[in-house]
Amino acid sequence: MKKTAQRIYLALIFVFLYAPIVTLMVLSFNGSKFRTKWDGFSTKWYVQLFRNEQIMSALYNTLAIGLLSALFATVLGTAACIGIHAMKKKSRMVWMGITNIPMLNAEIVTGISLMLLFIAFGVNFGFMTILLGHITFNIPYVILSVMPKLRQTDKATYEAAMDLGASPVKAFFKVVFPDILPGVLSGFLLSFTMSLDDFVITHFVKGAGVDTLSTKIYAEVRKGIKPEMYALSTIMFVSVLLLLLIINRPSRKKPQKSAV
Amino acid sequence: MKKVLTAILIMALIPGILAGCGSKSEGSNGKVVVYNWGEYMDPDVLTLFEEETGIKVVYDEFETNEIMYPKVDAGAVAYDLVCPSDYMIQKMLENDLLAELNFDNMPNTKNIGSMFMEKSKEFDPENKYSVPYMWGTVGILYNKTMVSEPVDSWDILWDEKYKDNILMQNSVRDAFMVALSRLGYSINSTDEAELQEAKQTLIDQKPLVQAYVIDQVRDKMIGGEAALGVIYSGEALVCQQQNPDLDYVVPKEGSNIWIDSWVIPKNAENKENAEKFLDFLCRPDIAAKNFEYITYYSPVEGVKEYVEDEYLLNSPLAFPDPEQYTNCTTFHYLGEEADEYYNEIWREVQAAGTSE
Repeated sequence: MKKTAQRIYLALIFVFLYAPIVTLMVLSFNGSKFRTKWDGFSTKWYVQLFRNEQIMSALYNTLAIGLLSALFATVLGTAACIGIHAMKKKSRMVWMGITNIPMLNAEIVTGISLMLLFIAFGVNFGFMTILLGHITFNIPYVILSVMPKLRQTDKATYEAAMDLGASPVKAFFKVVFPDILPGVLSGFLLSFTMSLDDFVITHFVKGAGVDTLSTKIYAEVRKGIKPEMYALSTIMFVSVLLLLLIINRPSRKKPQKSAV
Repeated sequence: MKKVLTAILIMALIPGILAGCGSKSEGSNGKVVVYNWGEYMDPDVLTLFEEETGIKVVYDEFETNEIMYPKVDAGAVAYDLVCPSDYMIQKMLENDLLAELNFDNMPNTKNIGSMFMEKSKEFDPENKYSVPYMWGTVGILYNKTMVSEPVDSWDILWDEKYKDNILMQNSVRDAFMVALSRLGYSINSTDEAELQEAKQTLIDQKPLVQAYVIDQVRDKMIGGEAALGVIYSGEALVCQQQNPDLDYVVPKEGSNIWIDSWVIPKNAENKENAEKFLDFLCRPDIAAKNFEYITYYSPVEGVKEYVEDEYLLNSPLAFPDPEQYTNCTTFHYLGEEADEYYNEIWREVQAAGTSE
């Protein structure tokens, strides 16, 4: 009895999580562009998607900004972590507080303040301003995921490496970095997804004619979202799914590795 | 001290570096930066203009008037041509954001129907700042197989017979427009007693309403999930094409007629190119292309001759005579205080009866 209840509960959760995505995937193969009318199975939206220059350039911008901003934010954030970690307790608390505020802050505030800052400096709005904006809001997330890993490291191993003649840089990359790598990687992935998701900040700091997927999709709201977007979302969902499968596969092979 | 100095130096350097990065490709005759609603222009029109004039169009899109306003107001991007709706143009004029247009550079603007220039005076009193681009009405879309009697009045949305078969718009001004028109008041009323009365009728109607929606009206009506829905004329046209049982009517009490017009912001950098583009859009063949793509009505006269789409040519809904809508009005910008009041009573409507 308890077992079936558990199963039903689990099934319900999965239905709520995945039913919307499945609906969207089904609609992406609908020959008609209206939700309530099924005009037979068709892949025409996929063909049109790749012919649509505006969507393709938005996709390119989204991925480029996602990867670049995650990369920069990871480097800056990790460096900041090392700095903050080495501080005295009191100033460490102050700095952690300062880096946490932007995360709790409403996005629209960050967006408008960035816009005003760029205006004050006379910056041309475009790809660059979106990138800078995304790096800015990504850094706190990197710090958040790297910091706990850094706290777990033992300062003694780093000092031992120095005693044995390693330069500080070498000691960091040989001893500390491998320990915090999982944190750095999850910081990178977190930043990448935050950047993909973001609409509000991008909207305020983007220039004319430069769109990311989120701003492009949102602009279609008034006239109804085009089915090409369903097709694109389906492709993205499937690629993320494949990526996750590939990432999770080596973990099963691990015992083999240790045997070698 | 040294640290502070380096910090200041770096801060001073950054904008210089950044300013160099924002290079934009330009056509042989410069560019024009256009800010329009999403999906509100045939992409071919942009290509045609670029080929004909050598002016590069930098095209950007917004989703609501409210989200467009702060960007133009802050001047983050110097847009040359923007397409807000009627009441928003009034607000932009009041806040001195718009530049006067030079109609000598735009001979094609004489193609705009005189009635629309007349209606435009409601928000642009001297016709100096705006040129209409698209227009439409708000009315009732109904399913002929589900509604037996003739539909010609807002009253039908209060008919018990159609309980749970009515779709209302989920936006303050549109919802109150319906109630105020039904009661015979101005849709721009700021009179507290009138608004309270309108609020009460909306609350009375609430048990009959299936849902308050925005763009789902389209899908639900095509699928026959409701009998009556409040909708924009342009969308009604698309719905009827998909489901011939549907018909659209603007109630006799009057309704909202809306106009989206082109304006040039004060900080525009390519005003002459903007006027060239605007003139181009007023050419009947170009306006016809946009009409076929968007299916919202064009105020340009002579559009019909250039429309090729068979369905649109034969549809009685596609080319209405604008003169029949003289009892319809545009929305006006009512000021912050009235906006606040509208929102407040709309919340009361939304909250009413939720406890049951």
